[in-house]
Amino acid sequence: MKNLLSILVLCTGTLLAQSGQLSGNFQSDFQLYLEDEALDFNLENPSSGFPSERFLSNGFANIMYTNSNFSAGIRYEAYQNALLGYPSGYKGEGITYRYAQFSKNGLDVTVGNFYEQFGSGMILRAYEERNLGYDNAFDGIRLKYSPLKGVYLKSLVGRQRLFFDKGEGLVRGVDGEVSLNEAFVGLNEIKTQVLLGASFVSKYQKDLNPAYNLPENVGSWASRMSVNHGRWNFNSEYVHKYNDPSAVNNYIYKTGNALLMSGSYSKRGFGLSLAAKRIDNMDYRSERDQNLQNLIINYLPALTKQHAYTLATIYPYGTITTGEMGLQAELNYKVKKGSRLGGKYGMGVLANFSNVYAIDKQQIDAFTPLDSTGTLGYSSDFFKVGEEKYFQEFSIELSKKVNKKLKFIGTYINTEYNSAAIVGYSYHGMIYSDIFVLETQYKIKSKHSIRTEIQHLSTEQHEGNWVMGLAEYTISPHYFFAVQNLYNYGNTDKKISYPTVSAGYNKGTSRFALSYGKQRAGIFCVGGVCRNVPASNGLSLSITSSF
Amino acid sequence: MKNALLALAIFSSTLTALAQDKISIFPSVNIKSTDGKMINTNSFENDGNPIVVSFWATWCKPCAKELDAITEVYDDWQEETGVKVIAISIDDARNAVKVAPYANGKDWPFEIYLDSNSDLKRALNVNAIPHTFLLNSKNEIVWQHTSYFDGDEEELFEEIQKLK
Repeated sequence: MKNLLSILVLCTGTLLAQSGQLSGNFQSDFQLYLEDEALDFNLENPSSGFPSERFLSNGFANIMYTNSNFSAGIRYEAYQNALLGYPSGYKGEGITYRYAQFSKNGLDVTVGNFYEQFGSGMILRAYEERNLGYDNAFDGIRLKYSPLKGVYLKSLVGRQRLFFDKGEGLVRGVDGEVSLNEAFVGLNEIKTQVLLGASFVSKYQKDLNPAYNLPENVGSWASRMSVNHGRWNFNSEYVHKYNDPSAVNNYIYKTGNALLMSGSYSKRGFGLSLAAKRIDNMDYRSERDQNLQNLIINYLPALTKQHAYTLATIYPYGTITTGEMGLQAELNYKVKKGSRLGGKYGMGVLANFSNVYAIDKQQIDAFTPLDSTGTLGYSSDFFKVGEEKYFQEFSIELSKKVNKKLKFIGTYINTEYNSAAIVGYSYHGMIYSDIFVLETQYKIKSKHSIRTEIQHLSTEQHEGNWVMGLAEYTISPHYFFAVQNLYNYGNTDKKISYPTVSAGYNKGTSRFALSYGKQRAGIFCVGGVCRNVPASNGLSLSITSSF
Repeated sequence: MKNALLALAIFSSTLTALAQDKISIFPSVNIKSTDGKMINTNSFENDGNPIVVSFWATWCKPCAKELDAITEVYDDWQEETGVKVIAISIDDARNAVKVAPYANGKDWPFEIYLDSNSDLKRALNVNAIPHTFLLNSKNEIVWQHTSYFDGDEEELFEEIQKLK
């Protein structure tokens, strides 16, 4: 039945292609794994994850048909078998996504699969992060309607994707947003812009638990506001969730809530942003027994800086959905050209500070331990910061162009990482690290450039110090070559080095990248989603394209 | 049998697609301006001059490099071709508040929008960022490119000049 719909959609698409247009994209990753003595990565050591297939591949293609107000599409995915580190649920191949959508007179209808976000996403967000294998798309019906200018309504009903299957729970949601300045004629010309929004989401899953009487319907609501005045901007969203006993919260009956507030001021050459959040028992899934990244309804952003340098990604933060509170401040500044510090081209400054603490948790009475199953779990003072520190980080990045050919970027990062509390490593206790990075960009001649990175991470905990070097040569617009090596020289157990060579070719929207070398074991995160990847050695090829 | 049918369907659609002219219309999707307003991409316009649409995010280094490089030559480009650059951030709630301060801190002279759940990115079949599109006076996509190497902006400018 599923396939039948896809075929119908496709055939219709093909027939109508004369007047509409077809587009799509494609990605395929292949990896040949090689045994490695230093990493103890081989068939004899099953815990190393060495695949008996030796050769693994992931791939997908999207094909979309659009004709004025109508569009339809499908995605085919194949994991034969999934690359190491991907969730084990990705096995096999098939159509995982198909939809049809049309819009007319302000009404927009989608049937089949869709992604969606209400407000900041803290109450509901379906999205995909392909490189991590994260996809919680809905399968159902969504309506969007704009009855008046500046008024936007959405509603949806659906079940969520779980690898090649769907979750059992039903999710229903409505969301409304009003731009006051657009909706009310008298406010059109006012400089202060105000947006108000509200959502209601509910999930249904049958209760078959013999021991407890679990709620079959779990509702949640959210309200949000955004105010803009010239260079100033303020946003906030509050979410409340009714009691939702689940595997993640140890089946407690406490309600949950989340607050996210942020503000910024910026003008040409200067930007400052501040954000604060508090999350209390907000893990929300369409099946109460699920864990990991499965069937999550909402998105709880990690308010910490997202780093790009390799060593700065060794200790990444991931939101603790059962409870945390934190702050973040970021400053962007461009030192003016011609000033003493700025020199001929100016100098860029980017500084960031963030911290995350536990929330306050008190026993509900003298006899019930915290988080006891079947109870209210704990009580929490909204304004009180918990004692345990989860994470803290300060970073500063200075970028300076010396002349037309040469540019330096220097970065310092100081991190405190509570590994036992975060999704992190098995190491218990706080990991303190200092990271220095010097990046150099040099333009050899027109279209030929070389970029180098020297990185150092020092810590007395966990795996000790790391050093890394990278050199990348690019010839615009088609070629790149890179060599890099990570060396964990401070490790008292095993001093391993991870060399990699890679090369790539780009043309238009197609990209081919080939690499050979070792991959360190670690937690890899994109956005707030993380996965644990084992150490490996091998040859990989990645091809992406779109049309 | 079902699978064979499906394979046939995919194959024939792909062929049809490849046989078509490369030019395609820029999709109509709601995104947000940095002051929170909903904007539909079909309202993009530049007095009949070319438009460049570039996808970026605050955590994407090559994206910043590309937009920095265009910033340096933007005055010359505009003078010669009247081109306008629209930079679309795919930052989600984690970094959305940083988008305007980041772009302003960098002194980028572009129109900035947020595509915080990647709706437009999906509609344009973008695999990874940076990814840049060039639109002609009818908002048709005439050229696109993925990733950024130093000097790529020169190729983009050659394509812009062809539209004049």
